[in-house]
Amino acid sequence: MLRAGVLTTVQDIGRRGYQRYGVSVCGAMDPWSLCVANALVGNGNGAAGVEMTLDGPAFDVDEETLIAVCGADLAPRVGDTALPMHRPVWLAAGSRVEFGTARMGCRAYLAVAGGIEVPEILGSRSTYLSAGLGGIEGRAVRRGDRLAPGRSARKLYPGLQRQLARTRAKFVAAHWAASLHPERLARVPQIIRFVAGRHWETLPADARARCLASEYRLSAASDRMGYRLEGAPLELAAHADAVPEAVAFGTIQLPPDGNPIVLMADRQVTGGYPRLGEVASVDLPLLAQLKPGDRLRFEKIALTEAQRLLHLQEQAFQQLRESVQAHGTE
Amino acid sequence: MAESDAAHLSFSPLGDRALLIECDAAPGPRTTACLRVLAESLAGQRLPGITDIVPGLRSLALHYDPEVWWNGSGAHAPYENLIARLQALLAPQAPQGGTGLGRVVEIPVTYGGEYGMDLHALARDRGLTVEEVIALHSAVEYTVLMLGFAPGFGYLGPLDERLSVPRRATPRTRVPQGSVAVADRYTAVYPMTSPGGWHLIGRTPIKLFDTQRDPPVRFAAGDRVRFVPVSAQEFTRVRDEWR
Repeated sequence: MLRAGVLTTVQDIGRRGYQRYGVSVCGAMDPWSLCVANALVGNGNGAAGVEMTLDGPAFDVDEETLIAVCGADLAPRVGDTALPMHRPVWLAAGSRVEFGTARMGCRAYLAVAGGIEVPEILGSRSTYLSAGLGGIEGRAVRRGDRLAPGRSARKLYPGLQRQLARTRAKFVAAHWAASLHPERLARVPQIIRFVAGRHWETLPADARARCLASEYRLSAASDRMGYRLEGAPLELAAHADAVPEAVAFGTIQLPPDGNPIVLMADRQVTGGYPRLGEVASVDLPLLAQLKPGDRLRFEKIALTEAQRLLHLQEQAFQQLRESVQAHGTE
Repeated sequence: MAESDAAHLSFSPLGDRALLIECDAAPGPRTTACLRVLAESLAGQRLPGITDIVPGLRSLALHYDPEVWWNGSGAHAPYENLIARLQALLAPQAPQGGTGLGRVVEIPVTYGGEYGMDLHALARDRGLTVEEVIALHSAVEYTVLMLGFAPGFGYLGPLDERLSVPRRATPRTRVPQGSVAVADRYTAVYPMTSPGGWHLIGRTPIKLFDTQRDPPVRFAAGDRVRFVPVSAQEFTRVRDEWR
């Protein structure tokens, strides 16, 4: 690593099964982009990748490597040439990859064939910053760190790899890309769908209407634990002191000041504030790609609809896996 | 509802990948014991796609993968299918847990001085002597009501009303690992150095969270904890033994 960037961490899809011991799930803020990047290089969903935030890192590549970059556009390049995103790329040994400042979105994901090899702690390689565990010694990536890939099951895209050797290029990218509708990232204000929780009905009717009609701005105090929203504050009818209980990725909490907080990847496992509901899982990636100052609106949908949308996304992902399978031998 | 009456269970969604099973009883050792029985029976069922079962003060969250809960026709959403299964498995009444469940964990504590810098202020505030605070705090067995905030951080209760103070208005940015603290009707141990708003009355030399152990924590919700006062010399001896 020549330059670490603002916040670069090793992440997978999170640490499951330990929440009852108070252990946060962590994992990628935009798990969809990480999973797509992993699928493009032939990794399973559990593989660890690199999450890069707002201003990305720069690093030299020691060995010929198959990679894919998905998520935010952090203007990646190899030397003077733009590095194409959302597709498999064979990088030559000795090439230098540099990420810049976010042009669209907030978080980019780098997947490497074989996954990023760091010790598995409690079943995951995710960096758990506040507890100082997982990833690289429980911390963000620093200048001078070396990230090594694990062994990959098989070498994908041998044709591209041969082309890399033949042309002596710095990299060779596939001509096709995963279709990910990146234009959704550009929507202003972003529309974030959510499923109402059981405290929703305890909000006065005008507060509920205001929540759905208002535009919120992402506060600068937002981080991987929670997205703090600024807008029209919402009051509860009577200040309901919710009994502490488990929360989820996307739980929208309402603290006494009335400014909602959406709980994100590094959230604590339980919370004691009343909740409006939970962001639909399919929209968490869109939310995770918002940066401080960006605007959003909430749209309430039924739980059945949220689960149906998630099912469609899963089907699209299986199709992607199949086309990687088909193109993998090229 | 009185704690002795059988509590009812109700279900509600916690987003599209989790649900809550709520027990309509007041939080406390009995409710915690009942949730533990429920959690253990659910874990024993090995339902497909359940990734986490997380106790709250009076509810249990089930985190699940909705993809495995679509059935053939797709007429019902995964939530409905999972709820139907749970309703078939569980009686509408919450199980009676009793309060003798779980293990009893002894935690040595060195009270006051550099180990518990708020002990004097707390005693003064509550009109007690330091010795009385220590005696009250270490006299009873606490129930681990819930884990949260940080890995291995247990909300232990109920704390004697005479020791109950609200959280500090401004949390400390750095509370040392092992700090034993009180706030409201709870006491807790900070398993790792972290920010914290509770009042520090002592410190334990033992490690409460260790990823090298399985499970990584020394107690889970429903276990019981007793604090055992030890001298500063004993603190050092135990700490060195743990290294």
